[in-house]
Amino acid sequence: MNEHAKPFSGRYVSSDRRVREDTRFVAGAGHFVQDIERPGMLHVALVASQHPAATIEDIDASEALAMEGVVAVVDGNELSNAVNPLMNGLDTPEVRRFPLAVGQNRYAGEWVAAVVATSRALAEDAAEKVKVKGEKLGYVMDPEKAMEADSTPVHPSHGSNVLLDRTFDWGPVEDDFARSDETLKLRVTWGRNSTVPIETFGVICEWNAWENVLEVWASIQMPKYADQIARALGLRGNDVRVYYDVDVGGSYGVKRGIKHTVLAAYLARKLGRPVRLIEDRLENMRSGDAHGPERIFDIGVAFDRDGTINAMKMRALDNAGAYAGRAPFQLGKPIGAIVGPYRINSVQYRAQSVTTNKAVQEAVRGFGQSPTNYALETMMDRVAEHLGMDRIALRRKNFIRSDEFPWEIPSGSKYDSGDYHAVVDKVLAQSGYEDIVAERDRLRADGLCAGIGIAACLEPSGGNSSFEPLLNPKNRTSTWMEGSRVNVDALGDVTVTIHTTSSGQGHETLAATVVGEVLEIDPDRIRVVRPDSLGSLPGNSPVGSRMAIMLGGAAANAARDIKRQISAIAAHSMGVAPDAVTYAEGVVRGPDGRTVEWSEVVDIAHRRFHDLPEGTNPGLTASFIQQVPTGVALPKDGKAQMYPCYSFEFHVVLMAFDPVLAKPEIRRYIIGHDCGTVINPHIVKGMTLGGIAHGIGAALLEEFSYDAEGHLMTQSFLDYLMPSSNEVPEVEIVHHCTPSPFTEFGQKGSGESGYLGAPAAISGAIHDALRPWNIHLNKLPIRMSAISDAIASAKENT
Amino acid sequence: MKTNLTVNGQQVQIDVEPRVTLLDALRDELGLKGTHAGCEHGVCGACTVEIDGEAVRSCLILGVQCDGTEVTTIEGVAPAPGEMDIIQDSFCATHGLQCGYCTPGMILAAKTLLAKNRDPSDEEIREAISGNICRCTGYGQIVEAVRLAARRLRESNAAAVEAGQ
Repeated sequence: MNEHAKPFSGRYVSSDRRVREDTRFVAGAGHFVQDIERPGMLHVALVASQHPAATIEDIDASEALAMEGVVAVVDGNELSNAVNPLMNGLDTPEVRRFPLAVGQNRYAGEWVAAVVATSRALAEDAAEKVKVKGEKLGYVMDPEKAMEADSTPVHPSHGSNVLLDRTFDWGPVEDDFARSDETLKLRVTWGRNSTVPIETFGVICEWNAWENVLEVWASIQMPKYADQIARALGLRGNDVRVYYDVDVGGSYGVKRGIKHTVLAAYLARKLGRPVRLIEDRLENMRSGDAHGPERIFDIGVAFDRDGTINAMKMRALDNAGAYAGRAPFQLGKPIGAIVGPYRINSVQYRAQSVTTNKAVQEAVRGFGQSPTNYALETMMDRVAEHLGMDRIALRRKNFIRSDEFPWEIPSGSKYDSGDYHAVVDKVLAQSGYEDIVAERDRLRADGLCAGIGIAACLEPSGGNSSFEPLLNPKNRTSTWMEGSRVNVDALGDVTVTIHTTSSGQGHETLAATVVGEVLEIDPDRIRVVRPDSLGSLPGNSPVGSRMAIMLGGAAANAARDIKRQISAIAAHSMGVAPDAVTYAEGVVRGPDGRTVEWSEVVDIAHRRFHDLPEGTNPGLTASFIQQVPTGVALPKDGKAQMYPCYSFEFHVVLMAFDPVLAKPEIRRYIIGHDCGTVINPHIVKGMTLGGIAHGIGAALLEEFSYDAEGHLMTQSFLDYLMPSSNEVPEVEIVHHCTPSPFTEFGQKGSGESGYLGAPAAISGAIHDALRPWNIHLNKLPIRMSAISDAIASAKENT
Repeated sequence: MKTNLTVNGQQVQIDVEPRVTLLDALRDELGLKGTHAGCEHGVCGACTVEIDGEAVRSCLILGVQCDGTEVTTIEGVAPAPGEMDIIQDSFCATHGLQCGYCTPGMILAAKTLLAKNRDPSDEEIREAISGNICRCTGYGQIVEAVRLAARRLRESNAAAVEAGQ
């Protein structure tokens, strides 16, 4: 099985090549949704609710409608009579969600009406004149209170706030707890944050009545987007055309504006004109429905005195916000790596998702894995602390060993490959870990708080969305395919297709590189295009760190098919069997040394049917639909094979801060990273560094905070703080390559790297720095005020 | 209101409402879509342009305030279509971007830095771009790009001096 025991060595794969997309962006020539002008285009502004929950008795739009340039005002009643509820992956039919609130709103800022005008400025002016009448309702913001039986239900007809409450028992958990020397409990909380791209979500919809087609341009990163639009509007699948050549200004999971799209599409059909809805920053932060997980973890862990972790009980309570969204499933992905890189024998996992009167969650980088890793790694630190054991030694003791792969974890997923011990050794050696320890001690001697943070974690990648059928038995998903097509035109030039939008991941570079690798031709000669959704092969968009595996696999396999066709045509022209020839750099060589050039094969394929082997279609084209490697079956007995590939990362951070001011400063940041074969080193490096920056934000700065009255307090970039170039340090990357046995070149995913371990590592460094006071700060983000307050009160108490 | 200004070396007149920002005037009146709206309250720097040699957030200045100024946008940076300047090429060399949305503002911020400081330290580079938020890169490859551009600009200047130009 392990055909890639050694790292893949290619001509183009892994080589230092530029990222082709960069050229248009440095010239300001990207093609973003905001840059698209359609004749007669109308603009939408939203009327937002002022209370966390209130009935909607009457909407008086007369003053707005009388204003110059205002074309229409639409409310939730009108919209919900015309469109179907938005897709809800769980089996909770009474938790209905429409783009505009219907009957009542469920969080402050939720859209209650849409104002359409000839310019955005006029629409905003008019939106201020729309009067909404209603009665305030009870509301709940805290997920534990929302669980209580007498809590105000956010969706009264659903009966309670519980969307999901499922307990999994994998292995002899109780026995393992009983036989262990020690047990420990801890609670940690992951604050509500998000990736907050610099481009807000935007969409333009246009209804072409003569062709019966809805045209959509959007800043989107969403699986099955066109299907969802069609279902919501009651259109045929082939009535919706999504343009995939729109550049997306950052997403990291969240650009899934289905509610915006359904609203704009309805308005475009109703008004017979193109309609543009681009969020402003306030709409994006408050009501774009793009917040990330907010999660309380209660963990029990059972271990022996030698540091062996035997079992874990984890309860994860997630605050989904006002509607289900993708929140419950973000409790599902971590099941595929529930023990991290450790040999934990048994696990009990209780996943709870509840509604509250907060904004809706969307998929955020890692899809719930980063919070879970933060909980796991904090658990490891606490066990080490309890035993007085070195944190790295404890991790090394429990790591799965390189000769044990493929390794099946208690929840049923098999890890493909890895060498965790080797990565840790490399990081410690290359970073000069002893010097880091000495530096920490020197800083402490200078009177500063200084600490080292450690985190080891996995990046599950390329999965087939098995958490959907696992958490909802009515869902029968067992594929999450991706397609690509390779054409060789009549001039012999190669064009590859991608069937999704991209948001900075470099998919054009990826596709060109792997096709160039297989065909042994310079990738710079290969063009990459994105047909619209009606001209596309099936695909599932760039989610779950899947494209290197899935698009890389599809394009490589399509190219292999082209190579096979070329060899067969050339062999036929030489009068020899197809398996008697060899292909090298576009030239086919026969057993007797004769060669047939690329141009000759192209000429035969495109012009000379009479020279083609029998049964061969003319033209040189190949499509390939890649199925998820290892993704062959539905979940069974509460277990699932979730991801084919598991990347590994190991973080070491040195932090220091003044004990009074407590502004955390990162002095060193080293990450060991193993994502198998790297297709493009620049892209993987960028993903890793960018992920760490997101992790720094989540650990220290970023949170969507609500006040007791249910209003979002951090709704601009002045109060939702994001790391700038002053907060993100220079990061040292230590590379390692353990190829995956399941992918074309041994590649694994890396789109979420950095983010998955950074929050845990930073939290760990702060705790190491606070060790003299034995302080535990159990909630992210850890703001400087929380640190200084904790030190001050610890000093008072001693 | 009629306003006269120079944009990317060309004298233009725009006729905009007083409340229209320079950002919207550039994008909607002049069709220069390379300048991007990020937060529209002056924090993220995506809309950065150069006005009379200074990096300025075009969402915080009104179009009518720009009367008589010289404005450079990302469209004015490349010497010719398909030909990048040294800073743009350096961003490509180090992959100092991903989604490309903050990139025009980042390049204008780098350009104004390098016009004033031909040999900036990493700290000075980080300071110069600290008003430009990038959510993709974590800034590492952007700092590398500006460092590389500074070196290449110094070398090309030295070569030009040597050649007696």
